[in-house]
Amino acid sequence: MRAPSRSDGTRRRLLVAGAGLGAWLVVRPAAGASEDLAAAIRAYTGGADARPGRVRLDVPKLVDNGNSVPLTVSVDSPMTPSDHVAAIAIFNERNPERDVARFALGPRSGLARVSTRIRLATSQRLVAVARTSDGAHWSDAIDVVVVLAACIEGES
Amino acid sequence: MARAIVSVPPAAKRGDVIEIRTLIAHPMETGFRADPEGRRVPRDLIRRFTCRYNGEVVFAAELFPAAAANPSLVFHTIAVESGTLAFTWEGDNGFAQTETAAIRVT
Repeated sequence: MRAPSRSDGTRRRLLVAGAGLGAWLVVRPAAGASEDLAAAIRAYTGGADARPGRVRLDVPKLVDNGNSVPLTVSVDSPMTPSDHVAAIAIFNERNPERDVARFALGPRSGLARVSTRIRLATSQRLVAVARTSDGAHWSDAIDVVVVLAACIEGES
Repeated sequence: MARAIVSVPPAAKRGDVIEIRTLIAHPMETGFRADPEGRRVPRDLIRRFTCRYNGEVVFAAELFPAAAANPSLVFHTIAVESGTLAFTWEGDNGFAQTETAAIRVT
């Protein structure tokens, strides 16, 4: 094996620079989308942090058809007048709008669990945020892969 | 009138947590799709859902274009007294529909 020459060193630097540029181009839009998502969540919480925990977001990780995706949010809460979940919001990363749905609950709910069906335009991250009666926010996030996207064809 | 289905247990013990399931036929047109001629299909959404138990709101939902067509909601409430559960869906183009279900609480 021959020792690396000066030109090899230059070539390596160019290759590294090229790979770095490629990674930047690929990663850049994703970073933009997740900033949007974070901004939507901050707007909902009034700037407060939504701490991971207490919330469980159940969605299939691999979605065949993005037109109708079952989703369940459950929150660990005693649901008493003094300690309950007041609201739950679901956000997405890459649909045309960040909001998916918002729910209002209370001590009369008895159980902090809501299910619905949503649309997913592409593979993306979903976040559920719960607001408890003490004003705290809790969250859970899940990344889903969508095979057939919603919003492209008419629904049959 | 859109076809709507609500599922409420007809009877429950006082203090039981009951599961309520609702489904309504509605296209939930997002306003982001184009028709075959390339014209944008106008938005037509159910925006709001409210469940009242003898007049008191026990659950409400705000829906956005990411809600699937024929929106379904499953939620819970505590059986407190016999009476009526009223379910109201409201949305674009003056959409408003209310269904009711009776519950007997012992």
